Amino acid sequence: MTGDRASSITYRAEGNGDIIVETLDMITLVYQRRSGITHMVAEPMPQILAVFGDDALTIGELTKRLADQFDLGDETVDITQVITARIQELEGLGLVNVVDQAGQETADV
Amino acid sequence: MYEFCVRVGPASFRIVSQWKQPLAQMRMLYADYPTPDIPDYTVRLESTSLLRRYFRPSVAINGDYMLPDAAPLPLDQALLAAEMGMNLQMALGWRRQLILHASAVERDGRALIMTGESGSGKSTLSAMLGQDGAAGGWRFMGDEFALIDPQSAEAVPYPRLISLKNNAIAAMQSAAPDGHFGPLMVDTPKGDIRHLVPPIDAIARMDARARPALLLFPSFGHDAAIRTMSVSETFMRLTQASTNYVALGEAGFIALTRFVKTVPAFAIDYRSGDEARDLVEQLWAKL
Repeated sequence: MTGDRASSITYRAEGNGDIIVETLDMITLVYQRRSGITHMVAEPMPQILAVFGDDALTIGELTKRLADQFDLGDETVDITQVITARIQELEGLGLVNVVDQAGQETADV
Repeated sequence: MYEFCVRVGPASFRIVSQWKQPLAQMRMLYADYPTPDIPDYTVRLESTSLLRRYFRPSVAINGDYMLPDAAPLPLDQALLAAEMGMNLQMALGWRRQLILHASAVERDGRALIMTGESGSGKSTLSAMLGQDGAAGGWRFMGDEFALIDPQSAEAVPYPRLISLKNNAIAAMQSAAPDGHFGPLMVDTPKGDIRHLVPPIDAIARMDARARPALLLFPSFGHDAAIRTMSVSETFMRLTQASTNYVALGEAGFIALTRFVKTVPAFAIDYRSGDEARDLVEQLWAKL
């Protein structure tokens, strides 16, 4: 996926009514109601899901929200690239979905 | 066809057999258990063929829930076949509580739950603690399945016959010389097997639930040691130890996360029953 294309994609996380989040110690459990699957995730996945709220966001918008709430640390690291990778992993788990301009889930991009 | 019905804790079974002998053994061993009005499950002990009913009889385990590749057993192991069939119904069909492959004992309304691989000693430990009777204060709740109620979070007793394997047979014959043992079955697919009827108070109080208070992962054959288990490791181990976690869906998730967040968990290593008892008492005293 090219950077330009990736930056224009809008994502939406599973809503609060769709998942149950339980923080244990070093892992967080995310139970997804529609699949019945329990996902075990570690930081920063729970934080990313929480920052989404009910909104549809691009990677850029998501990164800004995260930067507003957390210290994203080392400036030598391309944070957008890191967050894009995590979003793609969450998408692979089905916890984040690509949505169209109307906010509807799309089958694929 | 011959028939025998029995209730074990919250679950009830109808065992149907083409042979009289295995049900006669079950009637003896389950003599103190209640008879259900309507059984939850049926287990059928059937011959693999008409010829095999009489000539070197071979018992196939059938029932409401079955494993297609379950191997038949010889007739002198039919009691084991019945017990395996009952376990299978629970493991594959039970939905009222979260099932953990674990043993459990109770003291003062609180439950000690022990889980681990086959050979870890969890079954023998629960039997030993239960056999201590008034001296130890433990009540046997089950040696195979610990049932955790999703609503109340309580452990529900499932005191089936205690299934002793290999070295545990002699150990329990020594610990419970007056115990009511079933026939010795040698060279079964699980090794030598002998069933032991749980103490009478365990059967009489099979409906008395307990609040889970301590979870142990025992491991037999190492120097005595105690290791604290993290909540996340405990969760992962218990999802593997549960036969119906996925099937229960959200109720299973809520029950298991609440369990691991509220019940302290430790791994214990031990070389003898006395050593295990000491470790259990040490940890229990700190609750």
